[in-house]
Amino acid sequence: MEDRVIFTEEMKKDYTILIPQMAPFHFDLLASTLNSFGYKAKVLKNQGTTIAYEGNKYVHNDTCVPAIYVIGQFIEAIKSGDYDVNKIALIITQTGGGCRASNYIHLLRSALKKAGYGFIPVISLNANNIESNPGFKLSIPLLKKLVQSITIGDLIMQLYNQTKPYEVNENETDELCEKWLRFLENEYASRTLITNRRMYRYLQDFVNDVDKIAITTEIKPKIGIVGEIYVKYSPLGNNNLESFLINEGCEVVTLGIMDFLLYTFESTTYDIKQYGGSKIRGLIFKALAKYMEKPRKKVNRIVRKTRFRETISFQKLKKLSLPFIGHGTHVGEGWLLTAEIVELIESGTINIVTTQPFGCLPNHIVARGMFKAIKQAYPHANLASIDYDTSASAINQENRIKLLVMNAKEKIKEEMETLR
Amino acid sequence: MTAIRLGVDVGSTTIKLVAVADKDVIYKKYERHHSKINETLVKMISEFIKSTKIEKVNFNITGSAGLGLANRFGFNFVQEVSCAYYAVSNQYDNVDVIIELGGEDAKVIFIDNGNIEQRMNGTCAGGTGAFIDQMAQLLKVDVQELNELAKQANKIYDISSRCGVFAKNDIQPLLNQGAQKEDIAISVYQAIVNQTIIGLAQGREIKGKVCFLGGPLTFSDQLRHRFNETLKLENSFIPDDAEVFVAYGCSVYPSDNVLDLNNVIRELETQEDIESNKFLPPLFASEQEHQTFVENHNHDIEYLDIKEYQGNAYLGIDAGSTTTKMVLISEDNKLLYQYYGPNDGNPLDIVKAELIKMYEVMNEGITIKAAYSTGYGEQLIKNAFCLDGGQVETICHFEAAKYFLPDVEFVLDIGGQDMKYFTIQNQVISSIVLNEACSSGCGSFISTYATSLGYGVEDFAKLAISAKKPLDLGTRCTVFMNSGIKQALAMQVDIADISASLAISVVKNALYKVIRATNFKENFGTKVLVQGGTFYNDAILKAFEDEIGFSVIRPKIAGLMGAFGAALIAKENAQDTTTLLSYEKVKSFVYQASNVTCKLCSNHCALTINKFSSGEQFIANNKCSKPLKKDKQIMQKANMYQYKLDLLEQYVKRQHDYDIKVGLPLALNMYENIPFWIGFFNTLKIKVITSDLTTKQLIKKGQHTIPSDTVCYPAKIVHGHIVNLFEKKVRTIFYPNMPYNEIESTNLQNHYNCPVVGVYPELIDSNFEFDRTQFVMPYLSFENEKEFIKVMYLEMMKIKKVSKLAIKEAYRAGKKMLRQYREDVFVQGEHVLADALKNNDKVIVLAGRPYHIDPEINHGIDRLINDLGCVVLSEDSFRLDDSNKTAVLNQWTYHNRMYNAAFKIADYKNINLVQLVSFGCGIDAITSDEVKRILEKNDKLYTQIKIDDISNIGSANIRIRSLLNVME
Repeated sequence: MEDRVIFTEEMKKDYTILIPQMAPFHFDLLASTLNSFGYKAKVLKNQGTTIAYEGNKYVHNDTCVPAIYVIGQFIEAIKSGDYDVNKIALIITQTGGGCRASNYIHLLRSALKKAGYGFIPVISLNANNIESNPGFKLSIPLLKKLVQSITIGDLIMQLYNQTKPYEVNENETDELCEKWLRFLENEYASRTLITNRRMYRYLQDFVNDVDKIAITTEIKPKIGIVGEIYVKYSPLGNNNLESFLINEGCEVVTLGIMDFLLYTFESTTYDIKQYGGSKIRGLIFKALAKYMEKPRKKVNRIVRKTRFRETISFQKLKKLSLPFIGHGTHVGEGWLLTAEIVELIESGTINIVTTQPFGCLPNHIVARGMFKAIKQAYPHANLASIDYDTSASAINQENRIKLLVMNAKEKIKEEMETLR
Repeated sequence: MTAIRLGVDVGSTTIKLVAVADKDVIYKKYERHHSKINETLVKMISEFIKSTKIEKVNFNITGSAGLGLANRFGFNFVQEVSCAYYAVSNQYDNVDVIIELGGEDAKVIFIDNGNIEQRMNGTCAGGTGAFIDQMAQLLKVDVQELNELAKQANKIYDISSRCGVFAKNDIQPLLNQGAQKEDIAISVYQAIVNQTIIGLAQGREIKGKVCFLGGPLTFSDQLRHRFNETLKLENSFIPDDAEVFVAYGCSVYPSDNVLDLNNVIRELETQEDIESNKFLPPLFASEQEHQTFVENHNHDIEYLDIKEYQGNAYLGIDAGSTTTKMVLISEDNKLLYQYYGPNDGNPLDIVKAELIKMYEVMNEGITIKAAYSTGYGEQLIKNAFCLDGGQVETICHFEAAKYFLPDVEFVLDIGGQDMKYFTIQNQVISSIVLNEACSSGCGSFISTYATSLGYGVEDFAKLAISAKKPLDLGTRCTVFMNSGIKQALAMQVDIADISASLAISVVKNALYKVIRATNFKENFGTKVLVQGGTFYNDAILKAFEDEIGFSVIRPKIAGLMGAFGAALIAKENAQDTTTLLSYEKVKSFVYQASNVTCKLCSNHCALTINKFSSGEQFIANNKCSKPLKKDKQIMQKANMYQYKLDLLEQYVKRQHDYDIKVGLPLALNMYENIPFWIGFFNTLKIKVITSDLTTKQLIKKGQHTIPSDTVCYPAKIVHGHIVNLFEKKVRTIFYPNMPYNEIESTNLQNHYNCPVVGVYPELIDSNFEFDRTQFVMPYLSFENEKEFIKVMYLEMMKIKKVSKLAIKEAYRAGKKMLRQYREDVFVQGEHVLADALKNNDKVIVLAGRPYHIDPEINHGIDRLINDLGCVVLSEDSFRLDDSNKTAVLNQWTYHNRMYNAAFKIADYKNINLVQLVSFGCGIDAITSDEVKRILEKNDKLYTQIKIDDISNIGSANIRIRSLLNVME
């Protein structure tokens, strides 16, 4: 590998670390967590068409769309003049999997060079020791808080999705969730250590609050969203799919980001077992995964007393993919994507949009490639695969999603009629 | 009285309107809207009111463009597929499948026992009806005549079925080579059928009672016929009023939404200004600005009167993919005669007519000393009219560009089909880049789009000058642009805006997809010349200058530059007399085209043979020189692709015959792993049966099981190989998942296979019914012996019970065999390289993946390179060097070999590298940039050839010849 700009310990003090927006319910909290450990992190909020323009300008446009958006968002932010370019660093995840996403960081660096910002350090956030920086270290207390942030983000997202479509008073759900997010952001930024107990107390209070929101008794079709991780959660990547579906009168169902993290750790342990590697590393990952799985039980216990749905345990989720695809397929979202489809169907969300970047390699196999077998096992499932690309016209995507929504509504109508 | 129900279906090209009273259709109308949606709809509704006197109706709207209207005006939208299904299930019983093809979208609905599945094509495969329109225009017929032509067809060509853009890439050269229009017509329909099956069947069989819907299927019985033949349908039908059937479904779709049509008209007529941050600034602020702009771009050439001039003259003919250009110049390079026009799929007739015209006006004192041709039809024209020579178009363009701007640094050419650019350093070309298939056809897309709206190309271009709010239509390809137009129309833009938007998109496509410039001035300098017919369009020129930020030169003869360059080259190479046919001979020139299937190798190319009155003949559409039968004595240059293919065949043949057999698909990574599995299974006394080499026939047998139409061609091929193994009646098909490859060198940071190669067996398992065959697909790696034994011990139970010890032995035998194979390739590679250096041969490293040696995947590019006099090496014929440092994460074993080869050739003057990239290969988006970086660091040219199911290798030919020219 050629030389890169290192993020030094010096830089930690006064460099602002820019984080691309990937999941609105999670990332602000992650930034707050980093800040409580002495970093100056900031999630990018810039939106709009110039992001795609900048991305296409600096990234090969055969590359998949998350790279184009993430890099475009960075470059636009850098050029905006809002930051001192000599005092910023960028951070990007690197899973190290067999997909081209592991190379985003290099695309970003080359884009920075082309745009004249080759001096800006780029930090790789990875669990596989692909790259390290003296100024950026994941300590155990920090990791612990990051796990908490994901747990919180997942829950807020899921309760928001279960409440928003049914709220009686317009925007009540948005306001409440926003209030909670800002409060938690503040807590996570100002307190270095937050015990799990405290976190569960927050969550308990949050759940109580949301449960108080007045809701209608309408029956709305549930639409599940699965897919490539960026396009699945990022409104920028999926043309605001969530709000589009809510406006169409649907309830959106997505599984949490924690599952994805667990899945990546699981993949490492799998590979070590199957193809060899450091046994110790395997054990560490196993222990880490076990630690990360823990909060789900507690959260489910909190949710159980309300009208909200519990989430399936990761181990159960894992088993669901097996009739269709082996756990050795863990490139991209791998077997997890298939398992999520199955879990959604089995838990009553039979309408599912799979979102992927145009030309996404793993999704040929784990999404579209599994449709036939899934439809055989669950004939009533209603699946639509939507490609996202900076050049794809929104109207084409909308039209296909509308088809899915219409079918979903028809089904509800039929069911109501048979009930009557 | 029950309300009248009105259904309006606004598609991408047509509007359909149906009124229903009590299930009876009382009114119907089908009209093309020529992108004037609101106007047309208002007109249609007014006519409806006038003829029926009905004003209050239940109003539903559907269709891809109808969605935009519904969003804006709050009409009740019903999704079109739901309409189709509703209408069919209301009127017909026992329908199994509905196929509906529209202007842009294709839909298939499976209805069996209430388990309904509705599918629409992916974004990539859009534009069915629009594609038919384009092809008809290419053949200069209307859609109905296209259907008539197809009835007279004799043969079907294999045409790419990925999308309209790719198909056009195959059709254009066929036309130019003299293929029969009738045969093209039927091939167009077949391509649509194949595309529908690959894109929408996705493993579900289309059978039983099939209902056809939509304009193209209603109006073309030949298209229906192709569907019936291909799918072996015996019970298909089109309903009455099939062309408005979706509108009918829309009208009767349950809803309660009564509107006064006068209000609808009023709403549609309000031209509210949509505020959107999506609009781009206009290209020209005023007509004044445009005038100044035109005056500043007035780089003309001197003319002489052909009737007056006496002396020597030189002829250049540029037979492009969509246009034919001709230029006659005087001794001092002045223009005597020029022609620029569409070739209408008939370049020979056009050149003949123009030559006659030229001869007739020419002063008797003119002596034509030499004539050269260039462009796609270079060889055809040269042979037909006995020209003195031909030159590859890039070189012609360079010669012409130098004439206008002697110290030119950068030339961009946008023609009808191709875009290319080259850079010049120290008076020599330092790089040449041609667009790949995806970004092709931009120029001709604008002209066919203009024509479809009833505009001439020039008038359409002029509209852009007054455009106030252009939009970005995307840069991926013309199929995406087409759907971008639909989106734009929904935003209330007019044709002028679309014209400007297209200009901007074409330019962005060139800049960001082909040129990939981020800082144009720094990367390429400021002495820039643009040319090609597309640049006659002022809007395109302005958009280009706006993007790069400075002024460029556009010669007045922008479209004639290839021909002009050819004429200059003719002058340079002129002998005493020209061989060009004389006036009399041109007048009596006739030709006869015939189509034959070449039987000289397994490729079975569909050859077009043109016989000319001069006695010469010209064979086109061949993938190798075999049918040309000339110069048999010349020794064929060494070819590592052929060597590897032969070597693998030997491995398969050398096996003993054992009772137990296992079938392996000869596709993807098996192309490299076959030696391992032969070593492994033979040790266990099991014979390996491989599927046959890929043929089009074999591919077709598996195409209905492909679930993802955007996956790469090498992966799609796997499906045919599985069917082929079924046919061989093997009991077991063995195809392991191998996410990881071998750790070949220490500079690799990981050793993955690409995701598709790694786990494609999972996809095969889910998309095939393995009735009589068992499919064995363990997860394996060759790296870990212990795990391998553990896994295979269990898997082998399904095939033949063997001990763990036996498996260990077999594993080692396999490893040895694989190592031997790799070593053989290395040794042969070294041998070939040494020979080439000794003989001073030019060498091309064709850098791809192991499966690129499949002749159906590489389309004979290796042999083409041989025919151009070069030795062919493969990326894996170089031993791996651990010290190479890449700028990207180097984690794929196969791809590391390409980086390695790129590093290795740095020191050899006569060796260049051409990278083979499969369309849809996401990883190559990374590797191509990296290979390019490595080569350019060592002052080597980077050449990329993107391959897919397009069998036309004309553009590959131009690329490689350009490269060879630069090497000199």
